[in-house]
Amino acid sequence: MHSLLTVDGEAMTAGAATGAASVAWLLVALPLLGAAVLLLGGRRTDKAGPLLATGLSWASFVVGVVVLFQLLGQAAEERAHHLTLWSWVPAGSFDLDLGLLVDPLSMAFVLLITFVGSLIHVYSIGYMEHDPDKRRFFAYLNLFVAAMLLLVLADSYLLLFVGWEGVGLASYLLIGFWNWNPAYATAANKAFFVNRVGDLGLSIAIMTMFISFGGVDYATVNEGVAGANQSTLTAIGLLLLVGACGKSAQFPLQSWLGDAMAGPTPVSALIHAATMVTAGVYLVVRSHVIFDAAPDAALAVALVGAVTLLFGAVVGCAKDDIKKALAASTMSQIGYMMLAAGLGPVGYAFAIFHLLTHGFFKAGMFLGAGSVMHGMNDQVDMRRFGGLSGAMKVTWATFALGWLAILGVPPFSGFWSKDKVIEAAFVGEGWQPWVLGGAALVGAGVTAFYMSRLFFMTFQGDKRWTDDVHPHESPLLMTVPMTVLAAGSAFLGLLLAWPFAETAPIVSWLEPVVGEHGEEHPVIAVPLLIALTLAFVAFGIFLAWRQYWQAEVPDVAPRGSVLTRAARVDLYQDAVNEGLFMRPGIHLTRSLVFADARGVDAAAGGTAALVGGFSSRLRRLQTGYARSYALTMLTGVVAVLGALWVIQ
Amino acid sequence: MTSLPLLTLMMVVPLVGAVVVAALPAGTARLARPLALGASLVTLVLAVLAWVAFDSGSDEMFQLTETYSWIPQLGVSYGLGVDGIALALVVMAAILTPVCLLAAWDDVTPVPLGDTEDDFAQAEHVAATRTKRYFALMLVLEAFMVGVFAATDVFLFYVFFEAMLIPVYFLIGLFGGPRRQYAAVKFLLFSLAGGLVMLVSVIAVYFAGPGGEDGFLVQNLVGNVTGSPEALRWMFVGFFIAFAVKAPMWPVHTWLPDAATEARPATAVLLVGVLDKVGTYGMIRFCLQLFPEASQWATPVVLTLAVVSVVYGALLAIGQTDMMRLIAFTSISHFGFIVLGIFAMTSVGGAGSTLYMVNHGFSTAGLFLIAGFLVARGGSKRIPDYGGWQRVTPVLAGTFLVAGLSSLALPGLSSFVSEFLVLQGTFMRYKVAAVVAALGIVLAALYILLMYQRTMTGPKPSFPDDATPRDLSGREKWVVAPIIASFVVLGFYPKPVLDIVNPAVDTTMRIVGVTDPSAAAEASGSAK
Repeated sequence: MHSLLTVDGEAMTAGAATGAASVAWLLVALPLLGAAVLLLGGRRTDKAGPLLATGLSWASFVVGVVVLFQLLGQAAEERAHHLTLWSWVPAGSFDLDLGLLVDPLSMAFVLLITFVGSLIHVYSIGYMEHDPDKRRFFAYLNLFVAAMLLLVLADSYLLLFVGWEGVGLASYLLIGFWNWNPAYATAANKAFFVNRVGDLGLSIAIMTMFISFGGVDYATVNEGVAGANQSTLTAIGLLLLVGACGKSAQFPLQSWLGDAMAGPTPVSALIHAATMVTAGVYLVVRSHVIFDAAPDAALAVALVGAVTLLFGAVVGCAKDDIKKALAASTMSQIGYMMLAAGLGPVGYAFAIFHLLTHGFFKAGMFLGAGSVMHGMNDQVDMRRFGGLSGAMKVTWATFALGWLAILGVPPFSGFWSKDKVIEAAFVGEGWQPWVLGGAALVGAGVTAFYMSRLFFMTFQGDKRWTDDVHPHESPLLMTVPMTVLAAGSAFLGLLLAWPFAETAPIVSWLEPVVGEHGEEHPVIAVPLLIALTLAFVAFGIFLAWRQYWQAEVPDVAPRGSVLTRAARVDLYQDAVNEGLFMRPGIHLTRSLVFADARGVDAAAGGTAALVGGFSSRLRRLQTGYARSYALTMLTGVVAVLGALWVIQ
Repeated sequence: MTSLPLLTLMMVVPLVGAVVVAALPAGTARLARPLALGASLVTLVLAVLAWVAFDSGSDEMFQLTETYSWIPQLGVSYGLGVDGIALALVVMAAILTPVCLLAAWDDVTPVPLGDTEDDFAQAEHVAATRTKRYFALMLVLEAFMVGVFAATDVFLFYVFFEAMLIPVYFLIGLFGGPRRQYAAVKFLLFSLAGGLVMLVSVIAVYFAGPGGEDGFLVQNLVGNVTGSPEALRWMFVGFFIAFAVKAPMWPVHTWLPDAATEARPATAVLLVGVLDKVGTYGMIRFCLQLFPEASQWATPVVLTLAVVSVVYGALLAIGQTDMMRLIAFTSISHFGFIVLGIFAMTSVGGAGSTLYMVNHGFSTAGLFLIAGFLVARGGSKRIPDYGGWQRVTPVLAGTFLVAGLSSLALPGLSSFVSEFLVLQGTFMRYKVAAVVAALGIVLAALYILLMYQRTMTGPKPSFPDDATPRDLSGREKWVVAPIIASFVVLGFYPKPVLDIVNPAVDTTMRIVGVTDPSAAAEASGSAK
């Protein structure tokens, strides 16, 4: 029996898995099988591969639903199942089993990943129809789903890390899917490198856990927190945050996400919007016991979230590339989730809530963007869009639902989740609620501006199309997934918040994992806060409407203010990284290569020759015959044996 | 089972194979390669038998022992035996040798000097002779590698340690690239210099030990090497220098990049992947087990050198333009990790280091051999001469990436487990060293993925006369398959190796007299 301590010390036990939960390994194994078959099968699987991959992804979803129903049929405190698969790393005092943990938190992710993931598989059948390498594409998608499920189902930090870098690998492979374009290959590398920096933090966190708690599985760690000292916990929390920043593109490790849009659009929707990039939020919430006990680390999480949500929002205002604008928005929205996760028990459930609704509406909008690109010869410049509402009705309507959702317009999904985050951010004492809440509130207004800008520039106003495009609606394989996600954008928030119940279903569902939610009151009254938020949002929409729908949008971006120009280049993130790390690094390696050949080699070679007594004969030996060396050596051995004999 | 002298047989079979291959009459030269492969496969079967016969629950320091008096006057015995660490390395050598032979299948090709029929016949004849030599030398090397890991007599170890140099010297010097003579001599000089220093210590150990007719046996020496602390420290240093050259560690690493780039890929694998492990293996068997006190005395310096090797090797790898040199520098970085884990002196680090030795053998084999396949097609070792090959040879590119991912220790692949254990084991005692070495994780991503980007991605290259290179052949796939299988299997199920390694690591720690730092020492209480 493994016990998971909740905040107030009430133990929730994870019993050995029974029923459907005992085959939870199928969740990971099915898509993994798909990836293996497609990659090893070669061209033989070209035809059936995409369908097989899609089918296996859906099969994984079905398993997830069956497990969900099993959990729903159980009492809240019994909804955790532990599944030990095999002894993984028995090395001295480090002894770790490979096991899975099925609980309400992991199941929330399992359903999001498999459902949205499967929809995107379907969409990709249409989107990638003419790509000669689509088998490889579907293999990578399946690999991603498997790794992501491993990440959320792992029962230890080390196994989580396997999924964590596994999704990073899938992300790398898919960003670079069209890597004959050198810029795309560079984007893929950049994503991997920046993530590795974050992963360095995560690995050191794991090592610290082992020496502090004697194990790296969740149960042992959570048990050990109570007796650990404050500075250790703060250190672990901050190191986890570094890992989360890399994976979730949070400040200061955010620079890779914009470039990651080089990948095919379904990838942007699934990996770089709905699932993988939210893994950092999962990590923080999964480690809530640590953050609960280390308030400084938790505050750092909230601050990183607040900074990133503003950073992403500002960048989003200046981007003309539809995918990069959406990427900036993703970064900003994950900032909201991080902010919520850093708020402690009052925020955990809302962080996950916003993560789920965002998974639907942002994936839906990315698929919409893909559909627009499909109809516009793969163009991404919104200044050459405009007036597409007539040509692509389904895309327009589904995108509109996503747009309303992210704005937080009632009663659409984002309203329920984002509003809760803003309310939670205003809870607390001293400067914190004003700074954190203020950032969240202002962010909501800026979000409304840039998302409306994006929506109006693409679908409304004048047609600024280049001469060679003939926009048309996408095939059903693409529009059906978009429609389903749009339905989620519209209603998922309402369903999970269900305002007529005593507690929101999402809160009570997660409570056994993240602990008692508690009643806390924001420093501004809730109705006033809702009104304020909506006013900010309305103002944002109004500004965008005036500038990008009513006024004429120039084909070429005007020079813009200092802030606009800074935002266009992502607030100089690349310049900073290049100046601080890249150029000094290149310089260092070049000097070392030079020094190694001239200095170290000469010194070591000289010493070795001296020690060996070969110094004077070096030149002669080099021109000598190979056989003489062997002879020399043999003579040496014989001489030594003789010498020993004499000494004896 | 135990009555069979498995370890001796594992040397006799490849040696007999080598003699037969070398002595093949002119008309039957085409049998050379299958015969050599056959001999190495029989050795592999013997290795599997040894694995099965090995009892990881045994209290004996060595198993499968064979001890015969050899030169009793000098205390020298023919003593063989393995503990878990040695067995893991012997089995790795037995697996990698046939893989390398298969990879080297077409390494020797006829080079006609003119275009008359005579010229062709002459070239065929020369190639046949060279093929026989080439494969015979690899078998000889296999025999010596088994011997060096299985020797339980310090002097016998020394003999194998030096004898190994001979086949490697000829493999590089006769079959290598344009600067093969320089590389071969450099390799030889560094190794001989290290070996001579060690020889002094070997002799000294005998006198510091209990002496007698079997005074060189490790079993008799352990715990019985006595003398003034200074004397023991000097002996330690003698061994350590030889092993540091072999491993190779900074700053005595400079022979490796030359040797690795001039050698044939298959030779480079046996050299870097297997033979160099003698260095790190020797550190455990001789430095730690014979000189516990001196080892602890030297630990700060050794750890520093190890950390420098990790970072230095990685930075140098990033700066290389020659593929083989790049891979050689990654190995210097990896050897730094292995030494770090050994001298951290924790059960976790020790097990991690041994597992690392095995995993590194396979991942280096993958990198060298697949890079070799690429070079065979592209005709250049220079990275800038490539680009866009993923679209030309997708399977080659894919397997190259997998081997690279193993080298950068991607979780899920075998190297991750060992690299994590080494860092974790080090972190238990030396946090700063572990954190600095962990930078190697980030740098590894740079050197591997930049190499992949520069060779495999980008626009598809054009080839003259429709001479588009072919993707991996059936033979080449058979070379790559066992290597990649090892990544996945040992990544998710390293238990079989760890199970035999753990007792040997425990024994070593008991001899050195250290125990793991208490896990709960950090936290003030309730850890499990």
